[in-house]
Amino acid sequence: MASLKALRARINSVKSTRKITSAMKMVAASKLRRAQQQAEAARPYAERMERMLSALAASVQGSPTAPRMLAGTGNDKVHLLIVITADRGLAGAFNTNVGRAARNLARRLMAEGKTVKIITVGRKGRDYLRRELAANIVGDISFAGKKKIDFADVQAIGMQAVEMLGRDEFDIATVVYNRFASVISQIPTELQIIPPLMTETGPVEQTTAQAIYEFEPDEETILAKLLPKNLAIQLYRAQLESGAGEHGARMTAMDNATRNAGEAINKLTLNYNRTRQANITRELIEIISGAEAL
Amino acid sequence: MPVALEIVSPEKLLLSRNVEMVVIPASEGEMGVLPNHAPMIVLLRGGTIAIHEGGKVTDRLYVSGGFAEITPERCTVLADEAVPTSELSRAEGERRLSAAEAEYNATDKNDVPSLDAAMDRMQSARAMIEAAAA
Repeated sequence: MASLKALRARINSVKSTRKITSAMKMVAASKLRRAQQQAEAARPYAERMERMLSALAASVQGSPTAPRMLAGTGNDKVHLLIVITADRGLAGAFNTNVGRAARNLARRLMAEGKTVKIITVGRKGRDYLRRELAANIVGDISFAGKKKIDFADVQAIGMQAVEMLGRDEFDIATVVYNRFASVISQIPTELQIIPPLMTETGPVEQTTAQAIYEFEPDEETILAKLLPKNLAIQLYRAQLESGAGEHGARMTAMDNATRNAGEAINKLTLNYNRTRQANITRELIEIISGAEAL
Repeated sequence: MPVALEIVSPEKLLLSRNVEMVVIPASEGEMGVLPNHAPMIVLLRGGTIAIHEGGKVTDRLYVSGGFAEITPERCTVLADEAVPTSELSRAEGERRLSAAEAEYNATDKNDVPSLDAAMDRMQSARAMIEAAAA
């Protein structure tokens, strides 16, 4: 049985762990609220962008001059994976889930004989994938130390992808990130961004609405500007969702940790009290038997 | 019947209200949007959006570029960046202009898309200085 002193030290250490985890939970909760607001605020732009893009896409569809970002290169040999994770750990299985999804996707593609290139966003993703797929990582980006991720930061990633496409360095680009389903549930998701998969929203309404738009200067000039922007928006949205998810996951993880620490403290305290009583009883017996012997 | 004007930037919805007329800086010249305008999708250059109400300009916002979707009922502006002109700073505009000029001078003169992009940025910075002065 452990000595009283050792137990006391143990209880104190678990208590301070609990303080830390519960503080982290509070911090994550307030950051979560901010991240959610940011994600919410970015939604209107993305929605309207999508509406415009589908109108434009329909009007250039089938034209041989349709830009590559929309039509793709026609091949599917080289895949670019953009893996979005957090920069910090202690968020349960948050980072591991995305990492695993990316690794499985990469393995599957390689098994099909395709080439895989990976860009990681966030330190944890890089650390996870470096173990096995170090040769496939062509870039890693980290926003560590930034309080708020601006659109411009994410746009730089988009520009990088556009340049790579211009140099024929990949055919299909996919983002792997944690979709924010709810505070306690983040779903690792694969989203193909080049060529974009058009979401079919109300086909009847669309065909009637599309035909009547006029374009100024012309469809292709607008598309050339709109597509990189749309790419950046998609990435921005993924980044924001992942950010909100990270805080959600950390909040849940820290809540569990705090509860576990509380349980550990209760058990240790019980143990401590039993030991203390046993010691007292033993001392009493020693004193009494000593007195009787006289 | 008013025009439902919406100005959104990637970060947030900046403005959403009904106005009588709005003048937007389209890439090929300023464009006034009144109700029942023909449906259009236009590219914007750097410039000022002017909101007209009761025959007067009530608000001016600087946009650095973007797109606009116009339908008979509404006008949606997707701005890269939109700031009310009263909050603009001339110094920021000048800083951007010199950055864009430096970039223009640094780019390879045969790289037309990059030159165009730098020119757009210079134009948008000039519009910002102009808007800040007004």
